[in-house]
Amino acid sequence: MLLTDGNFMSRLIVMIAQRLALGVFTMFIVSIVIFAAIEALPGDFAQAILGQGATPEAVAAIRESLGMDRTAVERYFAWLGGAVTGDFGVSFSQLSFQSQYGQTGERDVVTVADQLGPRFANTIFLAATAAAVAVPLSLGLGILAALHRGTVLDRIANIGSLTSISSPEFFVAYLLILFLSAANPIFPSISKIHADLDFWQQVYRTVLPALTLTLVVTAHMMRMTRVAIINLLSSQYIEMARLKGVPRWRIIVHHALPNALAPIINVVALNLAYLVTGVVVVEVVFVYPGVGQLFVDAVKLRDMPTVQACCLIFAAAYILLNLTADVVSVLTNPRLRHPR
Amino acid sequence: MDDMTDGNTLLTIRDLRIEGLSGETWLPIINGVSLHLDRGEVLGLIGESGAGKSTLGLAGMGFTRDGCRITSGSISFDDIDLVAASPERKRSLLGRRIAYVAQSAAASFNPAHRLIDQHTEGPVLHGVSSREESRGDARSLYDRLRLPDPDNIGFRYPHQVSGGQLQRAMTAMAMSCRPDLIVFDEPTTALDVTTQIEVLAAIRDIVEQFDTAAIYITHDLAVVAQMADRIKVLLNGDEVEENDTRAMLSHPAEPYTRSLWAVRSFRRPEQPPTPAGTVPVISIRGVTAGYGADIDVLHDVSFDIHSGRTVAVVGESGSGKSTVARCITGLLPPRQGEIRFDDKVLPPGYRHRTRDQLRQVQMIYQMADTALNPKLRVRDIVGRPVQFYRGYRGTRLQERVEELLSQIELDPGQFINRLPSELSGGQKQRIGIARALAAEPRFIICDEVTSALDQLVAEGILKLLDRLQRELNLSYMFITHDLATVRAIADEVVVMKDGHVIELGAKTEMFSPPHHAYTDLLLSSVPEMDPDWLDRLLAQRGRENIGEAARLGIDRAVQRQSSL
Amino acid sequence: MGFLLYVALPLALLTGLAWTVRRVIAGSFQGQIGAAFRAMPMTAAFGLTVVSIYVIGALCAPVLAPYGESQVFDEFNLFPGENPAFVLGTDQLGRDLLTRLLYGGRNTIGIAFITTILAFLLGATLGFLAATLGGWLDQALSRAIDVLMAIPQLIFALLLITILGQSTLNMILVIAVLDSTRVFRLARAVGGTIIVMDYIEAARLRGEGLGYLIFREILPNAAAPLLAEFGLRFCFVFLLIAALSFLGIGIQPPLADWGTMVRELSIYIAYAEYGDWQAASLPLLPASAIALLTVAVNFVVDWMLDRHAGLKS
Repeated sequence: MLLTDGNFMSRLIVMIAQRLALGVFTMFIVSIVIFAAIEALPGDFAQAILGQGATPEAVAAIRESLGMDRTAVERYFAWLGGAVTGDFGVSFSQLSFQSQYGQTGERDVVTVADQLGPRFANTIFLAATAAAVAVPLSLGLGILAALHRGTVLDRIANIGSLTSISSPEFFVAYLLILFLSAANPIFPSISKIHADLDFWQQVYRTVLPALTLTLVVTAHMMRMTRVAIINLLSSQYIEMARLKGVPRWRIIVHHALPNALAPIINVVALNLAYLVTGVVVVEVVFVYPGVGQLFVDAVKLRDMPTVQACCLIFAAAYILLNLTADVVSVLTNPRLRHPR
Repeated sequence: MDDMTDGNTLLTIRDLRIEGLSGETWLPIINGVSLHLDRGEVLGLIGESGAGKSTLGLAGMGFTRDGCRITSGSISFDDIDLVAASPERKRSLLGRRIAYVAQSAAASFNPAHRLIDQHTEGPVLHGVSSREESRGDARSLYDRLRLPDPDNIGFRYPHQVSGGQLQRAMTAMAMSCRPDLIVFDEPTTALDVTTQIEVLAAIRDIVEQFDTAAIYITHDLAVVAQMADRIKVLLNGDEVEENDTRAMLSHPAEPYTRSLWAVRSFRRPEQPPTPAGTVPVISIRGVTAGYGADIDVLHDVSFDIHSGRTVAVVGESGSGKSTVARCITGLLPPRQGEIRFDDKVLPPGYRHRTRDQLRQVQMIYQMADTALNPKLRVRDIVGRPVQFYRGYRGTRLQERVEELLSQIELDPGQFINRLPSELSGGQKQRIGIARALAAEPRFIICDEVTSALDQLVAEGILKLLDRLQRELNLSYMFITHDLATVRAIADEVVVMKDGHVIELGAKTEMFSPPHHAYTDLLLSSVPEMDPDWLDRLLAQRGRENIGEAARLGIDRAVQRQSSL
Repeated sequence: MGFLLYVALPLALLTGLAWTVRRVIAGSFQGQIGAAFRAMPMTAAFGLTVVSIYVIGALCAPVLAPYGESQVFDEFNLFPGENPAFVLGTDQLGRDLLTRLLYGGRNTIGIAFITTILAFLLGATLGFLAATLGGWLDQALSRAIDVLMAIPQLIFALLLITILGQSTLNMILVIAVLDSTRVFRLARAVGGTIIVMDYIEAARLRGEGLGYLIFREILPNAAAPLLAEFGLRFCFVFLLIAALSFLGIGIQPPLADWGTMVRELSIYIAYAEYGDWQAASLPLLPASAIALLTVAVNFVVDWMLDRHAGLKS
């Protein structure tokens, strides 16, 4: 009679499996879109890579190494197979170099994966540092603003966060540089990160970019948390709890929080996904050696393999975060957890 | 009223004024109402929407909603000044000595916790009893309130329990600390009639058993007659009058109260039965329909509607009565069966009907708010069908719109340029009628047209519809769950349940026995303006033969019949 | 301290101006409009004033600017105040910075506005069609939009610009298409809540056509949320264009624009070390111009949304 039967567990698992399958499917479609991009590139690849005045031999070499003799579908699956195992091919600039000056030995071939590897770690480090500060901070501020709705504190938080959201990342970044680096040399304005640095040095050099991201994301997350909590506090069961004489702290912890989990997790995931995009500009400002900077350079050079790899990484992170939010909100919804 | 020295007094409210924030300004909600309640007494608060009954009821708990404030007056509960009391002091009273039962139990239970955990929260917090004791008490309260499976039902989550059961579980929760006072805020308004009656019986019994005082808020006179010892009538935040229930029902003093009492007396002269062999305006023949892939909401529904007649389709929520309307209008093409207009088959989907076929069948909706486009003026709302079907323009169109507005008793000069937001509920409904009339139809479907309106306004609408029917020889299909409306306006009645037509016939036949068992249950569940009605009914039918239990019994009987 | 004065003084001036504007408008209108302005919070008045100044500035840039947009002088890399003919100095090519700033505003705002309009035309049309017609069209469009939205906007924009090549026109088209996905979602949702209303059913049963349904019944009711969304989308597009230009793949020279100016002027920031705040704050000038406009629009939208919510309750 009660809800301990295995039936609902299996239904829950099916539900989550459906979400996961949808995520994988979306990723698949996105990879097709990204791959199709290279096909849509106007003109001849080889010409595009080498520019005008390339020798016919060089052009032929490139055509072969790109696998132009195979069909698009074959090339797609070859590319996808590589991408899944971490092989994103060789960048156009490398190809161009090789085809003009010949192969100079196996060791010198720098693949996209070689370039991406350390940069990927750096970007994750930057985003994680920003998130570690921003998430607790913004949730705290958001809940505080919601509880003191309509007061001076709430208004100041509203104006402050609105201003912060409206400012482009580079504005915040240069303000920080101006005050914390140029005028008062506390932190470095250029984040030179390499493997030889110890952890704290790395943190020290990451402070300014991380702070920039934190400021922008916190404002977003705080506002969304505030709205989620206010919506919740206006529901009838909260009024009922008040009319039962339940103390304020217990209303928040016992009555609001269990129902707030899903919306809050959604807010966090959405903003972490936003962080993924924000990283690009911030990395350029601080010359931070991450994926974002590589991406922008590759776009300027129209270096397709690198652009594709970066796109795939950013899209995957984005989809993964949204998927997590989706699954967690299923898990915390009592209606789905305890079906009729 | 000398209530200071009386040891029996529980709650005294004196000259209370409450304002509510509307946009940037404070508007009065309660203008100086006084109230007195003895221990163990039940006071009924009655009034139309906007009367301030909920606000007053909550004020009796020392509680004001966000955006409301008490500007003057006193509230004294058992000699404690609730206006001046600290939040801590008030909190120690709420739940323990004063409890609340809300209109929507589904929204008022926290979806994240089991019923019994929400039940025991109050007693444990207020130190009235231990969790174990309180759980045991919950089970016995569930049993007294006749909830099914009282030992286990508490371990369910709110969304796993039906509306009527939730409402009783909430009453049990209010009782958990054995309070001195419970405020019931329209506890049965959202329920079907047959469910309402068992909740009413349960509430009344338990309040009597524990000798709890109660404030019972409702807009339904017949309900309050069963529940209250005394009745107080409110109108726009003012007290109209107060008296003992029996005296109030038999001799209302104020004109407003009398007009409220008189509402249910409207009866249309019944029309003679249609001669056999007449062609009906609308004929529904063997209609089976549904929304999903294979779930049928209607099963083999057939009935006729004759020229100049009103057929009332009666049933509770989920009976399929609105689906019949969707089939007739062509919004939902039936799976089987057909709809005939003047003996000619109508195409099943509205997209395939001719403009003239569409014109002949018009609809009036329940919620006038959503039925009128808020951005269009009355001129355009009423004028568009005229323009669309007749092709009138300019002054000719203007004249026709003015004529239509006069027909629905609204002054054209005053109303023609208004937006729906500048109309009252009754006026909006009249514009909805005018829009239907503008198409010059022969048949109009009225979908619960009066159930969102206050009773006085609703009566005006019914009278208007009756007059229009006689003047224009219209046929109505009246969808309703309110049997009083059926009595007032119907010529024939169709009773529906779970997508089946249970019974159909002339009104006089339907309202006199013998009935089908379900019709009987439906009819007997409608509260009457007689304080002894509930007692008599319970004595007649027995407690096992009302509400859910009775419906289950009928279902079983129907199944047995159909399997034979 | 001098720097703070530079910030505080214009803000105070703007606030004072906003206060006056509110008084004047509230006083000169009777009835509902006047009441709306009287009840307007200071933030909204500030926003409205700032937006008006930007619009005037953008429209009158050719009149206000001392020189032509791409006029090159012999004195390059002039510091602010070094030569009274060039108040803000000149850039590395010898173009007057004040002129570039004014034209930069005109170009950035104008391009963002056109892009937002395109995004709205595309997104709202498809969104309302999907909501009204439903069925397979709705399914197909919604799934396609889901896929487009599964890739972060800036990333997708970068990818598409790589393919199409860097040009201002390409950027406008790419952003308009990408941003129309958000507009589609909103228009479909808003349309969806309106389409279930009984008055729509009444119009359908009357036999009204698609055009009447969308233009007479749905659109007037969707106008308020769409207008607020227009403000938000404009902010987003404006910031995205500024970011792309800052990265060097947005608005292309010789057009002046604020994002590019920030990047080109960013080297001056180091002068703060030597106490030359005028030079050091040069890159912040276009950057704060971007921020100020976005803040202003957000303030106005916030007010509109509040009013809209107030109307509903």
